[in-house]
Amino acid sequence: MSNYNNQRSFFFNVDWVMVFIYLALCTIGWFNIHAAVFDEKHPSIIDFSTNYGKQFLFILIAMTIGAVILLLESRLITALTPAFYGITLLLLMLVLVVGRNVGGNQAWISLGGGFRLQPSEFAKLTTCLLLARYLSSTNVKVTDLKSFATALAIIGVPMFLIMLQPDTGSTLVFFSLVFVLYREGLSPYFLIIGFLFIALFISAILYPPLYVIAVIIGITLLIIWMFKRNRKLVVTLVAGLAICIAFVFSVKFIYNHVLQPHQKVRIDIMLGIKSDLKGKGYNVNQSKIAIGSGKLWGKGYLHGTQTKYAFVPEQSTDFIFCTIGEEWGFAGSIVLLGLYLFLVLRVIMVAERQRSPFSRIYGYGVASVIFFHVMINVGMTIGLVPVIGIPLPFISYGGSSLLSFTILLFILIKLDSNRMGIV
Amino acid sequence: MNSFFERRYVIAGIFITIVLILLTRLFYIQIIDQRYAIYANNNVRRESIQNAARGPILDRNGKVLVQNVAFYDIMVIPKQVKPFDTVEFCKLLGIEKPEFDKQWNKAVKYSPFLSSVFEKQLSVTTYASLQERLSEFPGFYSSTRYLRTYPDSVAAQFLGYIGEVTDRDIKRSAGYYHPGDYIGVTGVEKSYESILRGQRGVENLMVDSRGKPKGHYANGLYDTAAVAGQRLTSSLDINIQKLGEKLMQNKLGSIVAIEPTTGEILCYVSSPTYDPNLMVGRERGNNAAKLYADPYNPFFIRPIQAKYPPGSSFKPLSALIALQEGVISPSTSYYCPGYYYAGNQRIPCNKGEAHGLVNLSSAVAKSCNGYFCMVFQKLLDRDGAKQTEASFANWRSNVNKFGLGSKLGLDMPAEGRGNVPTNLHYDNIYKEGRWRSSTIISLAIGQGELEATPLQLANLECTIANRGFYYKPHLIKSIGDKNIVKKEYTERNYVGIDSQYFQPVINGMQAVVEDGTAIRSKIPGIVMCGKTGTAQNPHGEDHSVFVAFAPRDNPKIAIAVVVENSGEGAHWAAPIASFIVEQYLKGSISQRESGITVDYYANANRLPDTAMYLHHGPLKKKVKANGPQKPQADSVKSVKSVSRKNKKDTAAKVLAAQYLKKEKEDE
Repeated sequence: MSNYNNQRSFFFNVDWVMVFIYLALCTIGWFNIHAAVFDEKHPSIIDFSTNYGKQFLFILIAMTIGAVILLLESRLITALTPAFYGITLLLLMLVLVVGRNVGGNQAWISLGGGFRLQPSEFAKLTTCLLLARYLSSTNVKVTDLKSFATALAIIGVPMFLIMLQPDTGSTLVFFSLVFVLYREGLSPYFLIIGFLFIALFISAILYPPLYVIAVIIGITLLIIWMFKRNRKLVVTLVAGLAICIAFVFSVKFIYNHVLQPHQKVRIDIMLGIKSDLKGKGYNVNQSKIAIGSGKLWGKGYLHGTQTKYAFVPEQSTDFIFCTIGEEWGFAGSIVLLGLYLFLVLRVIMVAERQRSPFSRIYGYGVASVIFFHVMINVGMTIGLVPVIGIPLPFISYGGSSLLSFTILLFILIKLDSNRMGIV
Repeated sequence: MNSFFERRYVIAGIFITIVLILLTRLFYIQIIDQRYAIYANNNVRRESIQNAARGPILDRNGKVLVQNVAFYDIMVIPKQVKPFDTVEFCKLLGIEKPEFDKQWNKAVKYSPFLSSVFEKQLSVTTYASLQERLSEFPGFYSSTRYLRTYPDSVAAQFLGYIGEVTDRDIKRSAGYYHPGDYIGVTGVEKSYESILRGQRGVENLMVDSRGKPKGHYANGLYDTAAVAGQRLTSSLDINIQKLGEKLMQNKLGSIVAIEPTTGEILCYVSSPTYDPNLMVGRERGNNAAKLYADPYNPFFIRPIQAKYPPGSSFKPLSALIALQEGVISPSTSYYCPGYYYAGNQRIPCNKGEAHGLVNLSSAVAKSCNGYFCMVFQKLLDRDGAKQTEASFANWRSNVNKFGLGSKLGLDMPAEGRGNVPTNLHYDNIYKEGRWRSSTIISLAIGQGELEATPLQLANLECTIANRGFYYKPHLIKSIGDKNIVKKEYTERNYVGIDSQYFQPVINGMQAVVEDGTAIRSKIPGIVMCGKTGTAQNPHGEDHSVFVAFAPRDNPKIAIAVVVENSGEGAHWAAPIASFIVEQYLKGSISQRESGITVDYYANANRLPDTAMYLHHGPLKKKVKANGPQKPQADSVKSVKSVSRKNKKDTAAKVLAAQYLKKEKEDE
């Protein structure tokens, strides 16, 4: 090859577009964390006693690690995948024993010096890796029941351990991997049925079950009438209808007995059933006020009153989007969501150009995980999704989250830079 | 190998759709829905009220009657408090432990992060000992508050007092007042509230989610500074005010003295009075309760709320109207046999002794009832008995011009009207056309239904002193540093009597003091013209009344004095008036030929006995049960009159008290 000599260069074949978006998002995050916790007493943006000072440090560390990943052999990553996964599982078990309880979740392991490790953040990464490794191995097809079950187990074990903490947000993230399975051949009915059940769940909470059932029976009869010649379909539909009816009746039970009270309230608030602006609904309400008051152009950097005067809790972490919405307005929101969408679509594009199935499958994992975080996090701040505490990738304050997303993305960049070789 | 690759479009499509949903929602709450900007504003913006200092009130010579004095509120922010010696702290504050606990819990309940008042209104002395050590108690600090103080403790009914606004005040002010604000409740504090209160300042602060101030909203663009209330210069002369209050102590009644050339009220005594300082500070509630319980009701503003039959002090007015109407001349004479028959009604004169031949001046001087009955009948019967109604209406309108029977428009709340009966009043009693001059003859000598407030009596003297006009009487001479005088106070009010007719009347009034009924009250070196009166009191001893002005030429002071339950005007009211007049004109009081002294009058006790009705239980209930107008007959005959009078007076006082309270609510 003509560029054989360059092959040993650090940044040979690196997808600079993704790196650029990554750097842009990290910078946006850093400035907005500064705005979120801004305090006249510590005006300097580099001050290690503050969140933005620490985040600066995290960004430096994350970038260094990103660079190190680019130096590694791709084969090393694939080879170590099971080991990473195993270590993550061990850490997830360890955290249940020695973890520090912060905000109701036993999710952190103290590292000393005020720094803490959140194993669940890394579990997303290692699960993606192992899933990619498994699905890319020969004779494995998602359409096979056995393969499918193994894939589900790879996803399910860390999910289960995280659920024990209990960290609902991080648990839900693993559902996003359904896109990966879908891309690799999972029947589209899983997606359709997934959406159907979410729709049924919300309807059953909002409206009396009998009305919901009447509507779905109506819809089913209509479809049966349209396709009455296809007997197989009719049978499937009738069976499906029965399951739906059973589900609708069980929703109230799940809702009242399986979900925890705080989760119930969060769903109620999202659906507008309850409004408790001083209590449980306070966060979302203040968050909406912050974003809504930003209008088109925002209030300007460091001029967000909701942000500066601490009306929105968790501003530098889960509710960081408030600061962006308030200080940069709708324009800023479009830019940010645009960046994310661009990144995710770029990741999909990059995944599709891989020769190696491992890289492709991993790429879809990266896209799914990042996108799911953005959707839930932003949706939560504007009241579209119940309050689920997961960070906004690359932007929310927090070393574990920034580090794990960086590694997630840079492994893909590394794999991509090596796409001509066979892994 | 790369099967299902077309599914990338499905996945990308789902991602794009979800981002579009998020953006739509963002567009809605950021661009379409305007409420959030308002909510955000409400979150951070707090109005902080800067109270303006209330304006001081001076006497006519610039002496301070009321000003502001610093008191110290001890404030607390519970979250900042560190463990401390509560016993020591209580000792310094002068409170007990339970009180401490109560206040502490209140403060914590209000807010752990915000400051609230822990102990109100510490005096300078208590504060002095606490101040040095306050730093030992973190979380506690002091806040200065200004309250009213009255250096000379005079003129309580004039000054009135301030109190916290009621809910009604707040409602009626259309949001100007806030709970905890102070407002004038009575007296000049009330009538000049809008001038005294000044202009409140507003600071628009930015607060954080805990309510802590974080700086000015929009860099103070919408802030306004507090403007202190304006100074009021009252027309009172503190020297004669003090003398008047001293002379009237242990008596019921009032003194009103007016400068005839301006209408400025020089002296405004209502007795019993109280120390206005009692209505300020921590003991205010207790003090007010005690004052309300006082059977003589110090809150009753006698100069404008009490009404008395003017008695003989009305005679000069009768004479003036008759002269103006042309029914008599100064030389019209009358032979007084010691009584007067109006129809078959016999009106005794001079305790039955004949005055003999009297003319206008001597009739005034000798206070001849007969002469003025004759004059009154001449007036009312001049167009024949059938025209009595018309003649009476004419007489009444003449009397009204002197300011009787209606409010004079004093710059004080709660002024009374007095009473001049109407035609209708008599029509109702006697039927239309069935009453004659003889029926209502008691009006001729200032009795019957006639009633006037001491202010109206004093104003009447001003009119005579000015020979035919008066200035609207007022208590505030000028407003503010620029001494602005209201225009209405510079306008003459003519009463429709030509000045030439005053001469004979004034001659008679001079004689009253020179060698008439009030001869004992003659002031060396000053020609005072006066008229004694004895206001008939059907319920007890008559009220002693004296009206006068001095000096005769270029009068400087007109005065009315009423001492309740004290008999003839010459005995009590006239000497008291003479001391006030002399003090005002000469600045000191000289030895009197008659030997009367200030101390004698100041020390005399003329209070009526309250023992009788105090045994009957709470006053208000009794009044409610029996109705204020119908005092219950008392079984004990020997004290019957006293008792009845007292009941009526009490009823009046209770009514007055209720009126005052009501007014505080209503006005």
